[in-house]
Amino acid sequence: MWSFYFHELMRSLPFFMKGVWMTVAVAGLSLIAGTVVGFICGIIRAGRNKILRAVIGVWVDIVRGTPFLVQIFIIFFILPGAGIELDAFSAAVIALSNLTASFICEIVAGGILSVPKGQREAATASGLSQYHQLRFIVLPQAMRTILPPLVGQYVLSIKDSSVVSAIGVVDITRVGWFTVQRIPEGIMVFGLVGLLYFAICYPLINLSGYLERRMTVMTIRL
Amino acid sequence: MLENFNFRVIWEYMPLYGQCFFATLWLSALSLLGAVLVGILACGMRLSQSRLLSWPAGIYIESIRSTPLLAQLYFFYFGLPSLGIMLPEWVTGVFALTLNSGAYYAEIIRSGIQAIHFGQIEAGISSGLSYFQRMRYIVLPQALGMTVRPMLGQAIVLVKDSSLLSLISIMELTRAGQLLTSERFMPAEGFLTTAAFYLVIYYLLKAFSNWSEKRLIFKEAF
Repeated sequence: MWSFYFHELMRSLPFFMKGVWMTVAVAGLSLIAGTVVGFICGIIRAGRNKILRAVIGVWVDIVRGTPFLVQIFIIFFILPGAGIELDAFSAAVIALSNLTASFICEIVAGGILSVPKGQREAATASGLSQYHQLRFIVLPQAMRTILPPLVGQYVLSIKDSSVVSAIGVVDITRVGWFTVQRIPEGIMVFGLVGLLYFAICYPLINLSGYLERRMTVMTIRL
Repeated sequence: MLENFNFRVIWEYMPLYGQCFFATLWLSALSLLGAVLVGILACGMRLSQSRLLSWPAGIYIESIRSTPLLAQLYFFYFGLPSLGIMLPEWVTGVFALTLNSGAYYAEIIRSGIQAIHFGQIEAGISSGLSYFQRMRYIVLPQALGMTVRPMLGQAIVLVKDSSLLSLISIMELTRAGQLLTSERFMPAEGFLTTAAFYLVIYYLLKAFSNWSEKRLIFKEAF
């Protein structure tokens, strides 16, 4: 029986590959959007405008304080009531971008604040504009603190993308869920699902660890 | 969308929400307790000299960290019955949550232990303390004390992750929102109330985390 199911599972591999593609699409788009929005919000959060800082702080707290599943449901089921019709895919990308952005915002703000104040003062004294200070002085140094947790956050976001299966996006997890109805071998089917995620996430986790070690050494050398 | 927000329905469902709120607390607390124990055990094995112990722990930690919780949850939910092990849903849910967070706790505790100066362990050895005495009186009190903040952070993640248990039909906060949505077709009322309850837990844990930061007792020893 086991070998029969295994054979069946191998036959549905193309279906799993479609799931992989969907996961990559949802996570990829969200990572790009989340990184851009997260960096902008992080820079504002580390800036001087108190009102904007507070607003972003509240947004970050709300996103961090509620489960991603609830956020997806809110975006998928409630926004249509406000007249914004969304299909499952766009709702998933919006929800995941929002989540990623809020976490990256905190990472970026922390990184910018970790740059010693004297650096900014020296840049001001040299007559650099606000933009040039950020671009050439602060961000390059902050990147050392930002990069390892940023890659770590990418891994978390890719893993969180599995939750979008709850609103019917056919990603790896959803494919597993469909398959297990046909092939009642949960260990085998979700073992394969886990293996596919592992193949995506494990290299990134190692990259994050590598960056962390490398960046620490660089700091000591300075 | 919010102009016809129906508070009366929320009030009507309050007993259900209250019950589910405590279910979430209870499930999370049980998983948290289990996860810390699993974390200490897995971390001890990982740092052990013997490969026989450190390899399985390493495989466990890495495979959990590289796959999403939802896939793990389905793995046990669909997988255990195919092995002939029939458990109630909530046991499966708590089991999956415990194993998932346990891997993260192992990493957190490991970073705490590795931050302890090796001279202290040498001093323990030369004072004639056994392995367990060194762990009990020197290493663990400091390691746990130093990592209170990341541990509380992981506890917040665990509470949020417990929302995924609703997908295997366990009654908890997110499930309450889903019930209200499906019975009355009021997603806004349902999920925003759920989110509010999660925010309460989040802010309590966050306040506790900030408070513990100021307490020397958490930094030094238990």
